[in-house]
Amino acid sequence: MSAALQFDQIRLPPECEALRKDVRAFLSDEIAKGTFDPYRPGHGDSHDRAFSKRIGAKGWIGMTWPRKYGGHERTFLERYVVTEEFRVANAPVRLHFVADRQSGPILLKYAPEHVKADILPRICRGELCFVIGMSEPGSGSDLFAAKTKATKVDGGFRINGSKIWTSNAHVADYMLGLFRTSPPLKENRRHGLTQFLVDMRTPGITVNPIYQMTGQHDFNEVIFDDAFVPDDHVMGEIDGAWKQATSELAYERSGPERFLETFYVMLELIRALGPEPDIRSAEGLGRLVAQLHTLRRMSVSVAGMLQAGKEPVVEGSIVKDLGTIWEQKLPHRVRELTAFLAPEISNRATLEEQLAFATAIAPKLTIQGGTTEILRGIIARGLGLR
Amino acid sequence: MTAESAHIAAEVAARIFADLADPQTINRAKDGVWKAPLWQALADAGLPLAWVPENLNGSGASLADGFAVLGTAGRFAVAVPLAETLIAGWLLARAGLKAPQGTMTIVPARPLDRVKLGIDGTLSGRALGVPFAADAKHIAVLAENDAGSHVALVATNGCRLDEGQTSAGDALNVVSFERVKPLRSAKAPPGVDVASLMLMGSVVRSLQTAGALEAILLLSVAYANERVAFERPIGKFQAVQQNLARLAGEVAAALAVSGSAADTIAQNKIFDNAAFLEAASAKIRCAEAATEGASIAHQVFGAIGFTREHALHRFTLRMLAWRDDFGNESYWAVELGKHVARCGADEFWPMVASR
Repeated sequence: MSAALQFDQIRLPPECEALRKDVRAFLSDEIAKGTFDPYRPGHGDSHDRAFSKRIGAKGWIGMTWPRKYGGHERTFLERYVVTEEFRVANAPVRLHFVADRQSGPILLKYAPEHVKADILPRICRGELCFVIGMSEPGSGSDLFAAKTKATKVDGGFRINGSKIWTSNAHVADYMLGLFRTSPPLKENRRHGLTQFLVDMRTPGITVNPIYQMTGQHDFNEVIFDDAFVPDDHVMGEIDGAWKQATSELAYERSGPERFLETFYVMLELIRALGPEPDIRSAEGLGRLVAQLHTLRRMSVSVAGMLQAGKEPVVEGSIVKDLGTIWEQKLPHRVRELTAFLAPEISNRATLEEQLAFATAIAPKLTIQGGTTEILRGIIARGLGLR
Repeated sequence: MTAESAHIAAEVAARIFADLADPQTINRAKDGVWKAPLWQALADAGLPLAWVPENLNGSGASLADGFAVLGTAGRFAVAVPLAETLIAGWLLARAGLKAPQGTMTIVPARPLDRVKLGIDGTLSGRALGVPFAADAKHIAVLAENDAGSHVALVATNGCRLDEGQTSAGDALNVVSFERVKPLRSAKAPPGVDVASLMLMGSVVRSLQTAGALEAILLLSVAYANERVAFERPIGKFQAVQQNLARLAGEVAAALAVSGSAADTIAQNKIFDNAAFLEAASAKIRCAEAATEGASIAHQVFGAIGFTREHALHRFTLRMLAWRDDFGNESYWAVELGKHVARCGADEFWPMVASR
């Protein structure tokens, strides 16, 4: 094994608790105004531009980024508090969340100065939605099989091909996408892909919706027909995107959104059980509580280690593996624990509606952002098995 | 400072265990002659009475130091009553009682057992599943009467013991007290009761379990990389890699939650609701990890891991037995579930987020 698994004991510092109070006050105001209904996840507008702008005005997007790009130079732990409070409230953050979590940090690292100065402040103001362009009809988990081509032309590149499962593409302002600039090498099949920033208003881009089995619309197919991308929108090394991918994974994989996605059914279960549950329900609930507490302590620990400049890639992947499997099983477990509820409990309709929704979305949780199988491959590599 | 001193304590313990309690060597031993030199070395280093202040005969180390030693003990599947003596010393010290030299254990070791302190000052009652009682010279007893909890020290030979043992072969006894006169006793201070003793014991068992799981993961990965089948090391097969990744997940969960609980108690030194959430969760999750982890590790090793000759069982059987000490995962899940239900849905997220 390359190194022992490590989870530093990280406690959120006092400034986080003051921030948490602000966030809770803001969210309860927004709920009172009718911006969203915390009891009805999956309803309402999940891409709410006006709401994202109000969040940006509070300084809660791009929190850790440099001030000169509109950021707030706060810690990853402070960002963690904001993320978890929004998630637990079921607040609609899809518009800015991808940009805040992963696109912005990539731009910070690889974009030329004038591009950073143009785009990052707009992300921080909650004005921009990003989409990730990785999967293609012939390549999903096998990222490096991507075929969609970026061909060098005068002043930039012409893109031809398609991307699929692109969440947000129908509302996104920009895509960060992987495109093929050279064929793979015999000795390195990961060679030949380059990361580009693509303005979604570019002529030659068509977005076609793909409806999900829940009836929701997140996914899309994006077709590129000679779409032009200028040279200064190349992010990092030409043909060398494979070198850029790994260090960002710990950020993307270990956050509170990786185990809280179906949390609302647990809250509703507690409401339904009342103050004196029978012994079976108490045991079932207690086991869920123990696992949730464990996952959160792991996730906070990874955030703290990232803040301290460590690279807990294996630990981050483990958080996502355990967290997504747990949040996927949660609605099923809650369903079992409702078997002996009194017929007349007052929140039955809410609980049933939430369970139906959580059960329907559950299958995607272990697929999006790195499947269970891919994560376990990364963990196995970290253990020294590959 | 604290982290550094805990690190040093763990290093000292690791050296002693590596020299005198190597699991492979002990596994081949025909008898228990290795126990006396091991205990002597631990005692010389001041480890068994680490949680007893110097004025009460101990070495006055911090809770964090002792917790670090116990995680290390788990990594060696240590089969002497080090954890039990540590807890016993801690309990005696809380009541201002001097600790004796030598091995000790604690009563009660299960949450539903009670020992009564009679008006004549003697102890009566029965305690199930007392770890290492047959190997312990003394027992620290938390007894009760109408005035509340009392801590008492008794000589084990004044009690009646059955001949039980765990599946790992360690003594695990039913201890009966029939008007046993304590060597010394004192009223327990506020906050020292069966509930807090069970929480302390749960944190200790969780740390030992996490340590054992760490060792099991290292052994399993090493074996998967060297054992060849179908002309490849079995660790090259995706099915085996997936199992080992799952094992790593269980190890990670156990390490994180036990470390968090130990940190909470070492920092706050009280058994409030925060300590309860942390310690109960740790015991539940570590016991679940022991169940999962043992079955995955045995699956990786196949038949050889099921032999007496192989040291794997020293870890797996021991951590499976630890599940039952100081309240098993079902017990704590019921307690935790009741607590959360009593507090209500609106209090639940703030409770989780406060840790």
